[in-house]
Amino acid sequence: MYVAVKGGERAIANAHRLLEHERRGDRSVPEIGTAQIEQQLSLAVDRVMSEGSLYDRALAALAIKQARGDLIEAIFLIRAYRTTLPRFGFSVPLDTAAMAIRRRISSTYKDLPGGQVLGPTFDYTHRLLDFALAAEGEPEAPATAPVDTELRFPRVTDLIAEDDLIERNPPADPAGPVGDLTREPLAFPAERDLRLQNLARGDEGFLLALGYSTQRGYGRNHPFVGEIRMGEVEVEFEIPELGITVSLGAVTLTECQMVNQFKGSLTEPAKFTRGYGLSFGHCERRAMSMSLVDRALRADELGEERTSPAQDEEFVLSHSDNIQATGFVEHLKLPHYVDFQAELALLRQMRREHEARQNTYPEAAE
Amino acid sequence: MSRTAENYRGYNFAYLDEQTKRMIRRAILKAIAIPGYQVPFASREMPMPYGWGTGGVQVTAAILGPSDVLKVIDQGADDTTNAVSIRQFFEKTAGVETTTETGKASVIQTRHRIPEAKLQANQVLVYQVPIPEPLRFLEPRETETRTLHALAEYGLMHVRLYEDIAQHGHIAKTYAYPVLVADRYVMDPSPIPKFDNPKMHESAALQLFGAGREKRIYAVPPHTKVVSLDFEDHPFEATKFEQPCALCGAKDSYLDEVITDDRGGRMFVCSDTHHCETRRCEGHLGPLGMPVTEAAE
Repeated sequence: MYVAVKGGERAIANAHRLLEHERRGDRSVPEIGTAQIEQQLSLAVDRVMSEGSLYDRALAALAIKQARGDLIEAIFLIRAYRTTLPRFGFSVPLDTAAMAIRRRISSTYKDLPGGQVLGPTFDYTHRLLDFALAAEGEPEAPATAPVDTELRFPRVTDLIAEDDLIERNPPADPAGPVGDLTREPLAFPAERDLRLQNLARGDEGFLLALGYSTQRGYGRNHPFVGEIRMGEVEVEFEIPELGITVSLGAVTLTECQMVNQFKGSLTEPAKFTRGYGLSFGHCERRAMSMSLVDRALRADELGEERTSPAQDEEFVLSHSDNIQATGFVEHLKLPHYVDFQAELALLRQMRREHEARQNTYPEAAE
Repeated sequence: MSRTAENYRGYNFAYLDEQTKRMIRRAILKAIAIPGYQVPFASREMPMPYGWGTGGVQVTAAILGPSDVLKVIDQGADDTTNAVSIRQFFEKTAGVETTTETGKASVIQTRHRIPEAKLQANQVLVYQVPIPEPLRFLEPRETETRTLHALAEYGLMHVRLYEDIAQHGHIAKTYAYPVLVADRYVMDPSPIPKFDNPKMHESAALQLFGAGREKRIYAVPPHTKVVSLDFEDHPFEATKFEQPCALCGAKDSYLDEVITDDRGGRMFVCSDTHHCETRRCEGHLGPLGMPVTEAAE
């Protein structure tokens, strides 16, 4: 009898139908709405927007629902949608110094102009399960203070730069080309703009592990959180035909500026250097991890010896994308019986040859 | 376009937008001009996972026209799940005619096999490629391997093959067996069994290779010299089978081993399902085969 090893169209259709059924779960439980995901699972939405490279909360929520909460699958849905969207151009560089601050902390200064603003953070919560939350209930309304429109929040790195103790950012080059690895294949060595784009859409777990490894001595770079800020930033777009700049709206961003030690060299005095992290939404962990890895990847530029994975550009940039990674790992599920057959035949041949050798020279086996 | 299914409305013919297709076609033209050379291209994110044929799908999407007839195979078979899925994708997004008949297809997308039937001048074979770089497992760095190709420095590969001979008495590589294209570039033929390698040589059909995740396209133009790497005293030898296909009796096709019971029962059948069916329709019968009229449901 010929065993049915090959799948058919009907099997695929039925599997998809079953998947839809499983996604819905017990039909006596109310169906989750995308607005609920958008509002109540907002940090999942933020991650999907960041790694999906598309700022659209409603679509990210839909993707999470469709993917049954599997965030990498949701990111995949967003990426596949994003790739079909037309590209009009590039925004004017965002001014994060003008951010409408919801959270802003520095670990390098106790107090600073604008002050420390904790905002909505898990930091300092005790991680105790809140059993009361299992029953629904309205939380208290947040405490508010009058808005001080005069208050400015200068970037901490700009304050340090006033004393010339930290490297200057490279000067802006508005006429220079903007790298885009979704439109041009990545070539090595890559410029920092492309490295940052790669990291900004890289897998959070991968960035976290690499950033962590630099703290444990694999490419150590002595980091301090100069500043983390989160809030809304206006996105502006220049229309060249009209010569005017229009606002497209505001996006929520998390920015992390890491301040790192640099011993100096023969030609340069010691100074602080920078690692940069930026993310859509409120994704502090990924912004921090990104800034550690960004700094580690600048090893060559700063004349540091490259000894560790986080400093290895080809290794980091080639493996950071979880859509590429999950696709290739999971493709092992596809049939490989042609190649396996070839290996089987080879293995049998080698074993026959081994046996023949044993029989010819039995003493050699002892 | 009228056959385009409801949920693909709003997408261009064959899914990709025309600018993207133009970019891919430029890469394909360059690849044809430099046989065996890996051309970087701005691979797009596709609605199927990386590693599942996104490179092949993009190449097919870029070359497909409304009058094309498409065949998709995986492991030589038209009815494997991923082949079904990719065929349905193009049925929905391009509305082109599809076929399982090798001779009828103008474009054949494949994973891991070359059809047994000799391909013709009006046909294009599109390979799905997981790792385009033949030197990758000898040298993981792209910056290094590109230099090695530029210098035609293939010593690493020859040493690898020689080490096999020293250790095993023969080259222990049975699939993704490296070839030299047009006396210049060493190329990975994708994980086809080495049984299929000789079919690439002087093929009348255009052979295109797409690697989506790795963002590379390469090509073997029609009637191009493709030589499997070997040594004078250890010439390349294609895999041979000891028994014929159990269903159609073919002695010259690649066979899949099928486990038939839990007592060590095995049968060997053609991996190219269309080839097997055609032979049975012509009256060829293997030891376990049934005449086609009975087998058909």
